[in-house]
Amino acid sequence: MIARVQLPREAKRGEVIEVRIAIQHAMETGFRYDHAGKAVPRNVINSLVCRYNGAEIFRAELGSGIAANPYLQFYTVARASGEIEFTWIDDAGARGSERASITVVE
Amino acid sequence: MLLRLAVALLMLVPASAGSAAQPQRPSPLKSGIEFVSAEIRALQRDDFANPGMLWVARGEKLWSAGSGGNGKPCAGCHGNAAGSMKGVAARYPAIEPGAARLVNLEGRINLCRVRHQQAEAFKHESEELLALTAYAAHQSRGMPMNVTVDWQNRGHFERGQALYRRRMGQMNLACLHCHQHNWGKTLLAETISQGHGNAYPAYRLEWQAVGSLQRRVRACYFGVRAEMPDYGAPELLDLELYLAWRAGGLPVETPGVRR
Repeated sequence: MIARVQLPREAKRGEVIEVRIAIQHAMETGFRYDHAGKAVPRNVINSLVCRYNGAEIFRAELGSGIAANPYLQFYTVARASGEIEFTWIDDAGARGSERASITVVE
Repeated sequence: MLLRLAVALLMLVPASAGSAAQPQRPSPLKSGIEFVSAEIRALQRDDFANPGMLWVARGEKLWSAGSGGNGKPCAGCHGNAAGSMKGVAARYPAIEPGAARLVNLEGRINLCRVRHQQAEAFKHESEELLALTAYAAHQSRGMPMNVTVDWQNRGHFERGQALYRRRMGQMNLACLHCHQHNWGKTLLAETISQGHGNAYPAYRLEWQAVGSLQRRVRACYFGVRAEMPDYGAPELLDLELYLAWRAGGLPVETPGVRR
């Protein structure tokens, strides 16, 4: 699973920063049938968690209404230098993670 | 007798007009991005939100990873793609000297796989092939499409052009009926584009994935209810060459975003 995380490389302490993530995933809804008429089982990323230096700052529960290759964007406050790490899991049990680091200056 | 002569003359006129058909580019030349909504244009423009960039990112990883065969990565010969692949996509499909046949960028990558990496060729429309093609083509983004017709590829070009003008399928339509004569008009809810391939491999919302130009062209065959040629079929390659020439001057947009 390929994912891309984007955040500013550097930010001032207390600054509001934009965090973006895009994950390559088919987000199979479970409502489709293949060419042989067999139901395609649902397989979506059902939960995604974001941690900033280990502390959870964002969590999303996704369902079959989210399009393929989900792209999420939110804001957080730059408190300290370190890492922002995303982890997620899909219905098939496949886990993925991606991280990016930020330097906070005074 | 006079009538017969007149009929014979009438029959001659369309025949000679047909054979004298000159290859044509639409004027003014417009990329497919000009026919989509503002939202899709914004999606393509934003290098992070553009979902096709996920395939490019995957291609970048594959570029420097030896996969199968002798373990030699693309970067082993071609080095940094930003330099070595710059402009390459703009001049494909091209005649491959070693193979003496017309290959598109996907075909070229697979030739490298077999010859230099001693690995199995990627399957058509496989994730790996799409990712590597998108990554290689992305290095030419912004450069004008620049396929030249010469003695080597003229046969392919002319066959591609003939195919472009040939009516086919239950709808009895040729490519040019929509994309040359009627671009800019609407077909149900959609605006007909000029049918250029300068954004491919592209992310189509309909596919929810990145696909090749051949996949898109096959969808047109399906649309006019004609029999779809197999991926990699010579007629699709000839058509790809004609389309590349026809889009000459438009910037490469890979990875484009389309409906």
